[in-house]
Amino acid sequence: MENKTTRSLYMIPYVIWIAFFVIAPILLVLYYSFQDLNGDFSLTNYQNFFTPIYLEMTLSSFWYAFLITLVTLLFAYPTAYLLTKLKHKQLWLLLIIVPSWINLLLKAYAFLGIFGTYGMANKLLEAVGIGSRQLLFTDFSFVFVAVYIFIPFMILPIFNSLDKLNPTYLDAANDLGASRWTTFRRIVFPLTIDGVKAGCQITFIPALSLFMLTRLIAGSQVITLGTAIEQQFLVTQDWGMGSTIAVFLIIFMFIVMFATGTKRRRARG
Amino acid sequence: MKQLVRLAVVILAVCGILLFTISRLNASQGYSGGNTLTVYNWGDYIDPEVLDSFEEETGITVIYETFDTNEAMMTKIQQGGTSYDIAVPSEYMIEKLKEEDLLLPIDHSKIPNLKNIDDRFLDLSFDPNNKYSIPYFWGTVGIVYNSKKLDGMKIDSWNDLWNPALKNEIIFTDSPREIIGMGLNSLNYSLNDTDPDHLQEAYDKLVSLKPNVKALLGDENKMLLASGEASIGVVWSGDASEIMGENANLDYVLPKEGSNLWFDNMVIPKTAKNVDAAHEFINYMLDPKVAAKNTEYVSYSTPNKEALQYMPAEMVNDKRFYPSPEQTERLEVYENLGPEKLGRMNELFLKFKME
Repeated sequence: MENKTTRSLYMIPYVIWIAFFVIAPILLVLYYSFQDLNGDFSLTNYQNFFTPIYLEMTLSSFWYAFLITLVTLLFAYPTAYLLTKLKHKQLWLLLIIVPSWINLLLKAYAFLGIFGTYGMANKLLEAVGIGSRQLLFTDFSFVFVAVYIFIPFMILPIFNSLDKLNPTYLDAANDLGASRWTTFRRIVFPLTIDGVKAGCQITFIPALSLFMLTRLIAGSQVITLGTAIEQQFLVTQDWGMGSTIAVFLIIFMFIVMFATGTKRRRARG
Repeated sequence: MKQLVRLAVVILAVCGILLFTISRLNASQGYSGGNTLTVYNWGDYIDPEVLDSFEEETGITVIYETFDTNEAMMTKIQQGGTSYDIAVPSEYMIEKLKEEDLLLPIDHSKIPNLKNIDDRFLDLSFDPNNKYSIPYFWGTVGIVYNSKKLDGMKIDSWNDLWNPALKNEIIFTDSPREIIGMGLNSLNYSLNDTDPDHLQEAYDKLVSLKPNVKALLGDENKMLLASGEASIGVVWSGDASEIMGENANLDYVLPKEGSNLWFDNMVIPKTAKNVDAAHEFINYMLDPKVAAKNTEYVSYSTPNKEALQYMPAEMVNDKRFYPSPEQTERLEVYENLGPEKLGRMNELFLKFKME
């Protein structure tokens, strides 16, 4: 009995936190999303969302988030794999994580200098003989910087699951005559898929609503749902439409979570 | 359990110390009542020395806070957490604040220095008879360009920007009204035109400019234009004068088709606690010598005609930043278009960015 009361006592901070900082804001967003410009209840915002402008924006958000996640994964998996093979792997891992302690805005400004016409990247290209070209405000630079920012978050879960992998499985595969590629495809990758999924979630979901990088690095030529929300709140002051976009963003995120989360639960259950 | 209790005691003690420190800090900054004045202004938009001398002369303690968009300012005034005595919104925002009933009327008898303001900046459409607002600074939207990088090319109209030779050279200010307004102006329509056909025409024309557009940015544009990353920018006049201060190859021009003329004005929000001090502050800022000093620091254009004699001649005679009445004739002030039409402009702007 006493155990039960103490347990519910411990629940209090959690419940308060969830109620005030998760449930209440979502309800508020929902409430505002049903208000038109005059503050009356209406569904116009939802109708507006299904017009070409917002649908195109949604598609482009998904496309860039997908691209960013894919490139991040392509770099993160081999890196994580290499890390597990190193002698001082915790130290190397720390070195990869350290840049993520620096403020995102500072890093974005640094890239403004690096990718600029007279920046380091162009000097390097010239030295190599390729010649200077427009790097800043292109799709390339946007994806590059986003990947740079998300890569530690992708490496960590993959590293953890690779590190936990029982090496005897690899020996067994080797003994049974599996090639290295087969071992990777049939044993290593399926056993670390949870780490990959966690990494993809952590990358894809924030990438959907990136908004500061779209201005600083892509020169506002890439528009994500995050940018649209910012504009609706700060420029148009149409809180209803901004909230509606936010509602759809939340729905999309839940879909992504479920799509990448189901298998893990089944495996455990 | 014992440890938990100890932890709780430590946390409470720390909270107590912090609370005490805050109250001390507030007291030393004058938040604890007394004769204080809370001023809410744009970032880097006043000479700090002017604030000091105001405090010295009047004995009023000034608490100074800053904002970076009109909309953020309005939200904070609306929600009323801090009681601001003075705010400095732009003209279209004053119309909005008036609609929302968030301003106090200004008692002109307490502001004798109002006579120093040039008549052409008084009694404007956004605030007839200056019932709620007193002009602070004014400026324009125009083109800043790097004549050296463009081999002496002359630019004097919006339509010059459509020159194919300017591929990837233009940086825009990331602001819907400025850019859509420029599209409308380039077609010789009014900035405040909301005819859907005209807006569509302006949008189509802007899309054809897209190959020349390098980026749409906020305050970063100043740095990139000064460093020569791009050779043309569509910017506010004050930003232009700041950029030109850093790089002498740049020049500022008011396009001949017309452009935007804007005013930032001092108002007294409804939340004000020290209305007398607010009037005193406005009157002080309108003093010719104070206004001259402030203008030299801020580098925007002052509406105070008596202040001009105390300022360097080359600043006052610069027609780019002090255009003559004939020049400002073809400039337009933004009207408050209401949320629907502003929303339409914003949607077109988003679409333009995605192209």
